[in-house]
Amino acid sequence: MPEAGAQGKYQTRTGTVTFFSTSILEDIEARSEQTAALIDLQGGQVAFVIPIKSFQFKRTLMQEHFNENYMESEKYPKATFKGQIQNLDREALAKGLSQQVQVEGDLNIHGVTKRVQVQGALELQKGSLLVHAFFSVAPADYGIEIPLLVRENIARIVSIKLAATCESVSQISAAKP
Amino acid sequence: MHLTATRLGRRLAATLLVGAAASTAALAQDDDLLNQLEQTPQTATPELVEATFKGLRLINGHTVQTPGQGTLAFLISHRFGALNSGAYNFFGLDQATLRLGFEYGLTDRLTVGIGRNSMEKAFDGFLKYKALRQSTGPRAVPVTVTLLATSALNTLRITDNVERTFGRRLTYTYQALVARKFSPDLSIQVMPTLVHRNLVSRATEPNDVYALGVGGRQKLTKRTSLNLEYYYLVPATKPSDLRNSLAVGFDIETGGHVFQLHLTNSQGMIEKQFITETRGNFFKGDLFFGFNMARNFTVRAKEGFRK
Repeated sequence: MPEAGAQGKYQTRTGTVTFFSTSILEDIEARSEQTAALIDLQGGQVAFVIPIKSFQFKRTLMQEHFNENYMESEKYPKATFKGQIQNLDREALAKGLSQQVQVEGDLNIHGVTKRVQVQGALELQKGSLLVHAFFSVAPADYGIEIPLLVRENIARIVSIKLAATCESVSQISAAKP
Repeated sequence: MHLTATRLGRRLAATLLVGAAASTAALAQDDDLLNQLEQTPQTATPELVEATFKGLRLINGHTVQTPGQGTLAFLISHRFGALNSGAYNFFGLDQATLRLGFEYGLTDRLTVGIGRNSMEKAFDGFLKYKALRQSTGPRAVPVTVTLLATSALNTLRITDNVERTFGRRLTYTYQALVARKFSPDLSIQVMPTLVHRNLVSRATEPNDVYALGVGGRQKLTKRTSLNLEYYYLVPATKPSDLRNSLAVGFDIETGGHVFQLHLTNSQGMIEKQFITETRGNFFKGDLFFGFNMARNFTVRAKEGFRK
């Protein structure tokens, strides 16, 4: 029942968030596969939670510095986003077409909340909701200090890519007992 | 007329009220979505406590830290001459002892290392294994325990009447490094130590020397910390005219480097030298200024990443 499918709530705990910082001196890449997402197609609302410590880097030292010096993940263990989909076409979604959407909401990183606009895509496939988004964040906007000495190593703008496959919440609860 | 106006007013008020209620509901629901997400029960997983110390060395001795799989650390350590050696020796800066070392993380827990010291022209090698890792969450582990076994080979040309066989030139050190990161800023480490010397100067001198080290770091800023390290020689096995090693240090971390500056009464940089050969009195100016510099290289990137 596709109509019903384009109405309910969808959830995952294993979404992937990858970020890239590209500079002349160094390319930094990290990935988390523990992104939690909850999407309510009825109200057009979305919520995301990422545990900061779940980001994996190719260098152990980078990961340590990321948590200790930049994100202060002991103090701010999570990044969150909650927003409203601006242009949700439920009918097209129900037909299984990929939907370009604009989401406006509050992005909280490092304890600082900013109002942001994010471009994304939604698609219903075999009862799962596929979510994709690509956007950028400036560390300076979120009170993340980068010392002079490594300023050339870390990009001013960090690109963030999100991919999540969310399952229908009712299905999850129905499957439980 | 009057009646209609009142009715209209009532209707308007009702509409406004309903509208307000609806928007509050929407807000509440909005809040709920994030709250729902954060409150859904998750299978709690134990979380490792990382970065107990910034460096692989506390000051002279090791910390519980290991470089991590695929990481090669290059360490350059210096100790200058005694501060109280006078202006003629430029307060010790004229002389310097040096250690160059490489340490490689075979796994996240197991590290091998080698080094060369100008003092005694000694070569040293070690195996270091992180046996227990401090963690939070279910079945939390309160401390990190790293086991260290080192050996040092004195390669000085010595001409006295004792034949220096290969075995006689060797000294072994065994340490259990136990550390706890109490807060992001404060970490304390305890180091029970055994130094076994194959050759001692007199028959009355002990071959096995036991010591208990204590140390820690207190962060001053995100990238600097104050360090302290003290090795207490157990009186029963304390060799004659030795002093306990005491060191005060300051760590500065800059991206891929850690710089450590310190003052200590030990001139040697390997366990047998600073634990069992310290003769200087810290409080009488027998002080050595020194620094450690560490640079990490990623030899093998973590799986799933481009090099």
